Amino acid sequence: MITFEQVSVHYTDAAEPALTGVDLTLPEGELCLLVGPSGAGKSTLLGTVSGLVPHFTGGVLHGRVTVAGRDTRTHRPRELADVVGTVGQDPRAHFVTDTVEDELAYGMESLGIAPEVMRRRVEETLDLLGLADLRDRALGTLSGGQQQRVAIGSVLTVHPKVLVLDEPTSALDPGAAEEVLAVLQRLVHDLGTTVLMAEHRLERVVQYADQVLLLPGGGQPPVLGEPAEVLAHSPVFPPVVGLGRVAGWSPLPLSVRDARRRAAPLRARLAGLRPEVPAPVAAEPLAETARLTVRRGPVPALRGVDLALRPGEVTALMGRNGAGKSTLLGALAGLQAPASGTVRIGALTPHKARPQELIRQVALVPQDPRDLLYSETVEAECTAADHDAGAAAGTCRALVERLLPGIADHTHPRDLSEGQRLSLALAVVLTARPALLLLDEPTRGLDYAAKARLVEILRALAADSHAILLATHDVELAAELAHRTVVLADGEVVADGPSADVVLGSPAFAPQVAKVLQPEPWLTVRQVAAALESSS
Amino acid sequence: MTPATPVPPATPATPATRTRGTRSALGPRHLHPGAWWLWSLGLAAAASRSTNPLLLLLIVAVAAYVVTARRSDAPWSRSYGAFLRIGLAVLAVRVLFAVLLGSPVPGSHVLFTLPQLPLPGWAQGVRIGGRVTLEAVLFALYDGLRLATLLICVGAANALASPARLLRVLPGALYEVGVAAVVATSFAPNLVADVQRLRAARRLRGRADHGIRSVLSVGLPVLESALERSVALAAAMDTRGFGRTAPVPRSIARATAALTVCGLLGICAAVYGLLTAGSGDWTVPVLLLGLGAAGGGLLLGSRRTVRTRYRPDPWARAEWLVAGSGLAVAGATIWLSGRDPAAFATSVVPPAAPVLPLAAAAAVLLGLLPAFAAPSPPSGALPSTARADRKPDQS
Repeated sequence: MITFEQVSVHYTDAAEPALTGVDLTLPEGELCLLVGPSGAGKSTLLGTVSGLVPHFTGGVLHGRVTVAGRDTRTHRPRELADVVGTVGQDPRAHFVTDTVEDELAYGMESLGIAPEVMRRRVEETLDLLGLADLRDRALGTLSGGQQQRVAIGSVLTVHPKVLVLDEPTSALDPGAAEEVLAVLQRLVHDLGTTVLMAEHRLERVVQYADQVLLLPGGGQPPVLGEPAEVLAHSPVFPPVVGLGRVAGWSPLPLSVRDARRRAAPLRARLAGLRPEVPAPVAAEPLAETARLTVRRGPVPALRGVDLALRPGEVTALMGRNGAGKSTLLGALAGLQAPASGTVRIGALTPHKARPQELIRQVALVPQDPRDLLYSETVEAECTAADHDAGAAAGTCRALVERLLPGIADHTHPRDLSEGQRLSLALAVVLTARPALLLLDEPTRGLDYAAKARLVEILRALAADSHAILLATHDVELAAELAHRTVVLADGEVVADGPSADVVLGSPAFAPQVAKVLQPEPWLTVRQVAAALESSS
Repeated sequence: MTPATPVPPATPATPATRTRGTRSALGPRHLHPGAWWLWSLGLAAAASRSTNPLLLLLIVAVAAYVVTARRSDAPWSRSYGAFLRIGLAVLAVRVLFAVLLGSPVPGSHVLFTLPQLPLPGWAQGVRIGGRVTLEAVLFALYDGLRLATLLICVGAANALASPARLLRVLPGALYEVGVAAVVATSFAPNLVADVQRLRAARRLRGRADHGIRSVLSVGLPVLESALERSVALAAAMDTRGFGRTAPVPRSIARATAALTVCGLLGICAAVYGLLTAGSGDWTVPVLLLGLGAAGGGLLLGSRRTVRTRYRPDPWARAEWLVAGSGLAVAGATIWLSGRDPAAFATSVVPPAAPVLPLAAAAAVLLGLLPAFAAPSPPSGALPSTARADRKPDQS
C-alpha cells in the first residue's frame, strides 16, 4: 500500500538529513506503529506519506514514496486527499468548519462527491465513531476525546485507503485515548484501512499494532518487524516490555493481558517482598487551598478544593480533560482569582501578590513551555531570567548547565527539542529559587529518554525540599515519581492519598506494572528490578 | 504546479434512488444565511440614508430585538455584543475628534472653549482646540451614530448567520476567497486568546502583567503562534483536498477574470451612486449590467471547481419573508427619503429637537418581521449546559 524506495529527506539549513535510508513496504490493512526517540524523523516520515513533505515543508526528498500507486513527489497533498487521511496531535488545528456534521462533510465536498453519497457516508461515520448525539454541536464545545474522534471521522468520510496519525492520543486522558484507539482498531478490522501511526505513549498503543517501524535516529537505518521482535532491541519500550526484560520472558509480552498470563512465576518470586516506597512527608504544608472555588465564565471549574502541599513532596494531579487541573495550577500561581475560598503560599495570597515577590514562592511551567520563553538565544533568556529574579548574574546559566548540559549560548529556544525546551523553561523559573514548583502536562511530546531525565531532575528538586505538583495524564510518570496522587473530577477532589493506594484502586489510573502484578502493590519496573536484585 | 495526473472525476450524481439534497425546511433549523444578510443589509441601507437619531436608534432596537429572539447559542452568536461596543467606540471617537479638531459646521452656540494650540503658518486650515459649538458636536454625534448603526447591522447578521454557513452558499468560483475571509475572521479571536495567555505567562516570569508594555512585549510571540496556527490550518486543508481544480481552457479563464472585474467595478459605481443623495438615472442600468457581467463571470468560473455541497440550506417561505422584510425597509426608506428629505436629516444649524417621522418609523418596524417569521434555531446546536461539555462522554 505504501512503499518507500531509498527515501531520505534533507531540510535546508540542517546539517544532518532528517530521514535517511528508508526502504520498505507497508502492506494493506495493517496497523503500523512508528516509534523512536524525538528527532528521529517520525513526523517527517509521516509527512512524506501525506505529501506535506516536501510540498508544504520544503526540503529535498530523495528516492520515491508511493501511496496506492501514486508518487507523492508529483502529487500535491490535495491530489492525495482521496487516498490518504491525515490527523495530527491537535484536532483543533485540523478543523475548517464549525459543527460536527459539516466537518465530516468537508473533505467530501472538496473532492466533489455527490450529495446523496455524502449524506449516506456522514450518517455511517457518525454511527461508526459514536458521534450521532453530537452531530449539531459546535466543535469548540466538545471534549478532547470527542474532538479527536471528529478529526478522525472527518478524514474517514472520503474512504481513504491509508490513515496517517501523528500522536493522536498524546493530549488525551487515558479514557479518551482508549475511545480513539478502539475506533482505530475497528477501522483496521472492519474496513481494511491501512493505519500508520506515530506515538510516544507506547503503553497505550503497542498492543494494537500489527507491525512496528522503529526509527532509531542517529543515522541508523529503520527497522520494520513484528512488535515483540522490534521492541526487544528498541531504545524506547513500554513498561510492560521493561517488566518482560527484567523477568527474562521470551517472547516479550506486549499487552497487560499477555504479561498477566506469564506473571505467575514472577509473582511467586516477588512474594514476601515489598516495594520500596518513599516515606510520606510530614513537614508543615508550604501551600494550602481551603474550600477553593474558581469560576471560568459562568461555570465553576473548581468546587471547594482543599489541598495541602509540603516541601520535599511530589504530588501528581490527575483527572480527565477539563476536570480543572490547569485551573488549580493557575489558581496556585495567581493567574486565576478564587471566587470563594482561599489560596495561601507561605504568607502570600497568589492572585494579589506582586509578580516579583510571587516568583520567589511559586513557579509554574505551562503546558507549552514556549509561553515562558521570549528571547532570541539561550544566553539572552538566562540574562533576562537573572534580571527578573534579581539573582546574581550567571545563576540561570548554571541551572541550564545542570539540567541541560552542553547547550550552546547562541542556540535559539525554538530550535530546541520539546524536552530541551522544557528543561530551559524549568531553569528559567528555578532561577528565583521558588519553594513550590507547578508543572502542567510536562511529558507531552517527550520520549522515554527525555522523560527519564525529567524524573531525575524532579527527584533532585524534591530532595532539595521543593514542593512539586504536576498535572498529568501520564500514569506511568505519576507512579514513578509521585509520593502522593490527587484525582480531580468535575472540579472536585475525589481521591487524595499515597500514590500506591490511589492508583491501585482505579483501573483508569493504574500503571501497567500494577495491572500485571495486582493485587500486590508494585507500580514500576524499577521497583520490581530493585526487589529482584536485592533478593538474589 | 500542475498535477501530473488528472484529478479523478467526481462520483456520478445520479444514483439509483434519489434522496433529498437540501435540509428539511420543517421544524427548528438555521435560516439560510443569505436571508439574514439581505435583511441586515436592508436595515443598513435604510440607516445610511438618515441622520435622524431617533430613526437610527429605532433601527438599532429592531436589529437588537431580532437578534435576541432568533440567535442560537453558538460561539459566533456572541459577536453582536462585540459589534455594539465597536459601534459605541466609533461614535465616541467621532465626537472626540469633532471636539478636539473643530468642525467645518458653522455654529453660534458655544458650549465651551478649549485652549487652542498655536500652529505654524503652513498648517493653515488645521485647528487643534478652540471653540466647541453645539452644532459641531450634534453633527458629529448624528454622523457617528449613523456609522455605528451600519456596524451594528453587520454585527446582527454576523450573530444570526455563521460566517462559515455563508461561505457554503458562495458560488464555486468565489469559494477560495471566501475561505480566506473566514479564516481571517477566526484570526482575531485567536489572537486575543493568545495575548491573554502570554500576558499571564509574563506574570510567571515575575514581570508586570498589565500596562501597555506587557501587550507590546508579547507581540512577537503572539504573531509567531498566529502564523504557526495558520500554517497548520493550511496544511490540514490541503491534505483534505482544498483547492482541487478541474482543468479549463485558458480562454475561458481569461473571460472569467474580465467579466468578474468589470462586473464588480460596475456594481461598486452603481451602489455608490444609489447611496449618495444626488443619484442620476445612470445608476440602475449600470447596476444591472454589472450584476449581469459578474454573474456570468462567476458562472464561468465555477467550471474550474470540483466542489459539491453537503445538505445546502433550503430557500423556503421563511427566507423569502426575512429577506423581503429587509428589502422592504430599504425600499420604503429610500423612497420616503426622496419625497421628504427633511424628515431624515435632523437640522443642526440651527439646532432643533429631532422629530420621529411616522411613515419612516413604520417602514423600519417592518424589519421586526424575522423575529416572528424566522424558524427558531435548533436546540441541538446549543450545549444543554456548559457543565455537560466538561464531561467527556465515555460511550
